[in-house]
Amino acid sequence: MSDPAVTPSREPTARLPGWRGIAADWSSDQRSFKTASWGKVMMWVFLLSDTFIFGCFLLSYMTARMSTTVTWPNASEVFSLEIAGHHMPLLLIAIMTFVLITSSGTMAMAVNYGYRRDRKKTAILMLLTAAFGAMFVGMQAFEWSKLISEGVRPWENPFGAQQFGAIFFMITGFHGTHVTIGVIFLLIVARKVWRGDFDTGRPGFFTARKGRYEIVEITGLYWHFVDLVWVFIFAFFYLW
Amino acid sequence: MSHSATASATPAPSHDESQQHPIRLYLVVWTWLFILSVGSYMVDILQFQGLLRWGLIIALMLLKAGLIVSIFMHMRWERLALSYAILVPPVLILVFVALMALEANYTQLTRVLFLNSGT
Repeated sequence: MSDPAVTPSREPTARLPGWRGIAADWSSDQRSFKTASWGKVMMWVFLLSDTFIFGCFLLSYMTARMSTTVTWPNASEVFSLEIAGHHMPLLLIAIMTFVLITSSGTMAMAVNYGYRRDRKKTAILMLLTAAFGAMFVGMQAFEWSKLISEGVRPWENPFGAQQFGAIFFMITGFHGTHVTIGVIFLLIVARKVWRGDFDTGRPGFFTARKGRYEIVEITGLYWHFVDLVWVFIFAFFYLW
Repeated sequence: MSHSATASATPAPSHDESQQHPIRLYLVVWTWLFILSVGSYMVDILQFQGLLRWGLIIALMLLKAGLIVSIFMHMRWERLALSYAILVPPVLILVFVALMALEANYTQLTRVLFLNSGT
C-alpha cells in the first residue's frame, strides 16, 4: 500500500539486465528496487528476517541432535497413525503437507484474480486458503494433544533423546503461530476485497490510506513463506 | 466494477508491479509440488537409508522451495537487484550450520569421553 506519488511510472523503462542491472539499480541514487513497490520489498525483508529465525531454530535442532549420545526418536514411528488396523507412518504429517501446498496453490490463484480485479473469485480463493490454513492448525492441535497424551514434554519423552520434545514444540509451535497469523491476515484482506475497498478507494482502518490489490500479493508472499518453512521442517524434522 | 474494463483494456502500464500469468501455470506448479511431496513421503515409506535418503530429502526439498519462491512468490519476475538482496543473505545460515556442526561434534565427543552413558 505505497503512496500513489511514488509509483514508478515516471521512471525510464529501459533497464539493464544481469549484473550490470544490479550495479545500475543499486547505484542509481534513487530507489534500488525499481519494479517492486515498497510494500512488497518490506514484506520480503521481513520474510528474510523470519528466514533467519527459523534457520536458527533448525540449527539448534541440528546441534541438539548431533551432540546427544542418546538415540533420537524415530519421527516416522512417533508420528504414525493407526487407521482401521493399518499402521500408517507419518500419515498425518503427509496430509498436513498436502493441505498446506493446496492452500499455497489457491493463494497464488487469488493473487492472480486480484490483479484481474475479479473481486468475488479473489475473496473466495482467499477464504479457501484461510480454511485450509485453519485445517492445518487444527491437525497440528490434534498432533500436539496426541503427543502430549503419550507423555511427550519439553523436558522428557518416552521415545528417546530428551531434547526431542523441546525442539518439536518450539519449531512446530512457532510455525503454527505463523499459520494462525496468516489465517487472520487472509480473513482481514479477504473482507476488504469482498467489500470492494480497492475498487472504491475506501480509506484503510489504521493508515487512512487507500489500499490496492497489491496487498493480496503481499499477503500471498507471507502465506507462501509459511508453506516454504514447512517444506524445510518436513524435510529436516520429520523425514531426516 | 467499471475498473475491471479499464484494467483489462490497459494491462501494460501496471505491468511493472503487478503480475499477470495464466492460471494454468499455478496449477502446473501445484501439481509438481504435489508430486514432489509424494516423492519425499515415499522416501520414508520405502525406508531409504543413508546417503540416498539424505540426498533425496535435500533434493526434493530444494526443488519444492525453488518452485514456491520462483513461481508462487514471483521471484522469477523480479529484478535481480531484489532477488539477490533477498536470496543471498540466507547463504550465511550455511556458514552457521558448518560452525555448529563442528561444535556439536565436539560436544558429542566430550560426552562420549566423560559421561558414561551420556545425557
